[in-house]
Amino acid sequence: MGAFRNSSGGTLDRTQRIRFRFDGKQYSGFQGDTLASALLANGVRVVGRSFKYHRPRGVFGMGVEEPSAMVRLRTGARAEPNVRVTEVELFDGLEAHSQHCWPSVNFDLGAIANVMSPLLPAGFYYKTFMWPATKWMFYEHFIRKAAGFGSSATEPDPDNYSRSYEFCDVLIVGAGPAGLSAALSAASSGAKVMLVDETPDGGGRLRFDDEVINDQPADKWLNETLHELSKMPNFDLRFRTTAFGYYDENMVAALERVSDHLPEPEPGQVRQRVLQIRAKQVVLASGSIERSIPFGYNDKPGVMLASAVRGYALKYAVACGRRAVVFTNNDSAYATVAALHAVGAQVVAVVDSRTQSPGKRALEQLGDVKLIQGSVVMKTKGLRSVQAVEIGQITGEGDSPQKSHTIRCDLVCVSGGWTPTVHLFSHAQGKLNFDDSIGAFVPGADIPALHVAGSANGEFSLAACLRQGSDAGIESAKQAGYEITESVSIPTAPEESVSDMEPLWGVPRMGSRAKRFVDIQNDVTIDDIELAHTEGFVSVEHLKRYTTLGMGTDQGRTSNINGLANLARLREAKVPEVGHTTFRPPYTPVSLGALAGIDFGEHLSPVRRTPLHQWHERNHAHLQNSGAWKRPAYYPQTGENVQDAILRETRHVREKVGITDVSSLGKIDVQGRDAAEFLERIYINRWKSLQIGRCRYGLMLREDGFVFDDGTSTRLSENEFYMTTTTANAGPVLEHMEIYAQTVWPDLHVHLTSISDQWAGMALAGPFSRNVLSSVIGEQAASNENLPYMGVIKARIADVSVLVFRVSFSGELGYEIHMPSRQAELVWETILAAGQEWEIAPYGLEAMTILRIEKGHVVAAELDGRTTAADLGFGRMMKPDGDYVGKRLAERSALTANGRKQLVGIKSIDSSPIPRGAQIIAEPSKGKPAQTVGQVTSACFSPHINREIGLALIKEGRLIYGKTMYAASPLTGREIPVEVVHHIFIDPEGERVRG
Amino acid sequence: MLLIPCPWCGKRAQTEFTYRGDATVERPDLADSDAQWYDYVYTRDNPRGEHTEWWHHTGGCRKWFKVRRNTWTHEVISSEPPVRD
Repeated sequence: MGAFRNSSGGTLDRTQRIRFRFDGKQYSGFQGDTLASALLANGVRVVGRSFKYHRPRGVFGMGVEEPSAMVRLRTGARAEPNVRVTEVELFDGLEAHSQHCWPSVNFDLGAIANVMSPLLPAGFYYKTFMWPATKWMFYEHFIRKAAGFGSSATEPDPDNYSRSYEFCDVLIVGAGPAGLSAALSAASSGAKVMLVDETPDGGGRLRFDDEVINDQPADKWLNETLHELSKMPNFDLRFRTTAFGYYDENMVAALERVSDHLPEPEPGQVRQRVLQIRAKQVVLASGSIERSIPFGYNDKPGVMLASAVRGYALKYAVACGRRAVVFTNNDSAYATVAALHAVGAQVVAVVDSRTQSPGKRALEQLGDVKLIQGSVVMKTKGLRSVQAVEIGQITGEGDSPQKSHTIRCDLVCVSGGWTPTVHLFSHAQGKLNFDDSIGAFVPGADIPALHVAGSANGEFSLAACLRQGSDAGIESAKQAGYEITESVSIPTAPEESVSDMEPLWGVPRMGSRAKRFVDIQNDVTIDDIELAHTEGFVSVEHLKRYTTLGMGTDQGRTSNINGLANLARLREAKVPEVGHTTFRPPYTPVSLGALAGIDFGEHLSPVRRTPLHQWHERNHAHLQNSGAWKRPAYYPQTGENVQDAILRETRHVREKVGITDVSSLGKIDVQGRDAAEFLERIYINRWKSLQIGRCRYGLMLREDGFVFDDGTSTRLSENEFYMTTTTANAGPVLEHMEIYAQTVWPDLHVHLTSISDQWAGMALAGPFSRNVLSSVIGEQAASNENLPYMGVIKARIADVSVLVFRVSFSGELGYEIHMPSRQAELVWETILAAGQEWEIAPYGLEAMTILRIEKGHVVAAELDGRTTAADLGFGRMMKPDGDYVGKRLAERSALTANGRKQLVGIKSIDSSPIPRGAQIIAEPSKGKPAQTVGQVTSACFSPHINREIGLALIKEGRLIYGKTMYAASPLTGREIPVEVVHHIFIDPEGERVRG
Repeated sequence: MLLIPCPWCGKRAQTEFTYRGDATVERPDLADSDAQWYDYVYTRDNPRGEHTEWWHHTGGCRKWFKVRRNTWTHEVISSEPPVRD
């Protein structure tokens, strides 16, 4: 419907009327409309306001190139800013709002910027708000508010997104005549062909122009071709899919808009999907985009691309105006005459800047419409949209045009020539050449496995596009390893005789103040380019950043070449000498939601749960994130607060018996006849001497001599070791050992297998732990004789084969019991049941941390990558003879010199808690800068000695036991006096663990 | 995204691998000089052009191997297992 729509024609479904709202007002359109065609059909001309000057702007193009007609689409959480109305498929209930204007798009107070525009040249903000430099942050807030476009939704995105990996022999980008012709050829070989196109129905210009293929109307060929292809099992067609980036080895990233054409996604349907397509061969048939000509006030609603005006007429039966002037420098725009006539509009004149006559076909298309040759549109007149144009005659080379007359009109159809869409070719590092005959950059030297066909290649005749497409299809299928057995019939189109275009990069200004817009999205004029040039911004990259030319969401698709060419004119250089700015992905904006896919929130990274996780949950453990792991922090009892629960669990282990889940420890099975030799070289201490059935604490360094990781490893047999690592380093240690086993000492026979997930572990600790163990494996087996400190036995608990290690992290008599993960819960329950007699209780990570600090055991806080074995008190473990990783650099003078920080314990002298991460200073700072001599690495309240304690790395700390130092935390302003003590607070002789 | 030719598994996406730089440096002997050890641990060339690199099929067979690759064009030229000469 609408006053500007013909009652017949187009490819709309007129039986299905669609209602939508724009800026709160109700309109209607038809199934098959875009928001742009529906707005135009309803006579809506002003759709938005421009970026800087707040000038009224309307629909300019008809697809991805649209620079100005952007809206905020939908409402609430689904609202999306800066959506091009030309790409929005109309759906019932659609709601759109104009952006960047207040109070309304037709009366915008920000338009004061337009009145003041002589004061707002390129670089205005930089120059004006530079001083004082400290105030920029203040100004920026207001400047950002005054400039810019729409605002995004503030609610969480309710939609789902996904990602998929696709593989094909030949990927074709663009389903226009060249792309379809390529698809027909390539698919006939049997190659797996994928065709992506950003529009809902493909066809490229065939949908918008009156063309003939195989002596039939082109849309007939188009429908037949799509039908034929859709029957082929080796052909995959994706509409509404934009290839937005080309990456190494023919990886093309594409965005598939699965349900953007619907009011909202169907249940279970994603909104958008990112495809990562790995293709053996890629055919770029991405087409070309018409560009504008900068003339006075060429940005007003009513100035549109000639190709867009044709498209709206032919596909949507919409007249974009009632009285039109066509302004062109090439033959293609002449087709607009017939298209406008077909929808009942009048064409007053065709203004052609060329002095030469247009080609035969163009003259036929012109009919009896007046042709004004060698002339230009100097400027448009009209307040909010075009009401008239001033025509000027070009009197000679380089001269300003002379105003000849004024024509009343409400539509200017402009064509400055066509620019091939070479973005993906450029992403692929392809070099571009400037083609003078079309005034544009075209793909240069070939790139392996990448073919360009059709108007993307600068080939604008339909017949040649079809030929090139077919050739590219055949060639790509061949290179992908397929044979073309049948002869391929190439679709044909009439050969046209076309007159050359003559570049017109801008109409000379002739004293008029009328702005000649190059980039109508970012409000960049020819004057801005001239100013930038005058001020020395003569490189294209500088020009772009200084003027913001081509930096908008449209990336200057209709304007970039005009900008470059104007810079070239000012520099008195040729366009290729000036060059072009770099094309970078993405080709069109891609929503962050689509890029994230499912990888957000809980899916951002995998969660690791121990085999006992369900038991912990059932027993109300408070779970804590520890890297990727969920680990029980403590098990609160009814009415108990956090601190009470933790201290109860800690005391329970010291006084009775507790059990805790240590399944997250890294576990590596080391096998081979050189396994012992290998460990000898990985760890700093000795392993060949370790007896079967015994375990040992091991420390490993990085090659730079600093401590990497620690853990206990057990000799299960002559050639098999069961290694444990810290939780955090389970992966890195395996990779570290693989480097040495495979690349440094490949002559050693050793095989490494991670069994971290396959094996679970639990620590049983406390004075009654042997009683509990005896009750499940028997008194003899658990006896000190059979299972001494650092001994290991195989046993059975609840008929499950387990390994029992006599090791202790808590400092109490203790054991670790490891078993296959699937039986972990059974073993755990069995031990808990047997331990009831001794009041066994589970304890969590918090209690474990207190127990290990009391015992002075080091963890990642102390193994921070800057400590040596000697710093941590393990200097004597370093074997004097033989090679091991890190040995040579650990002997460096800086790592062995006096004055290094050493691991010590600290006790709070008053009862203040010791701030974690505090710096150690020798005297109270009294607010003055103080020299730090160390730092607190771990801190807790120790129930065992009833004091706040910690571990610290202090310069020569082992020489100053008993001395008072200060733990300073500038963040909290606290300085706590602490006494430096030995780092083992409990049972320094180790009688408990050996007992 | 690069395709890395694992000598055991064939071409796989780059995301399955871990990169570890220059594969031509050799771990010195204990008796070698401080300067040699310093070079081995800390210094690496950063060539533009062909380069032999360590890659690890971390998300696959977990083997380390050498890849000859052009750091400028991203062309992957060859790969081989880490056998010593």
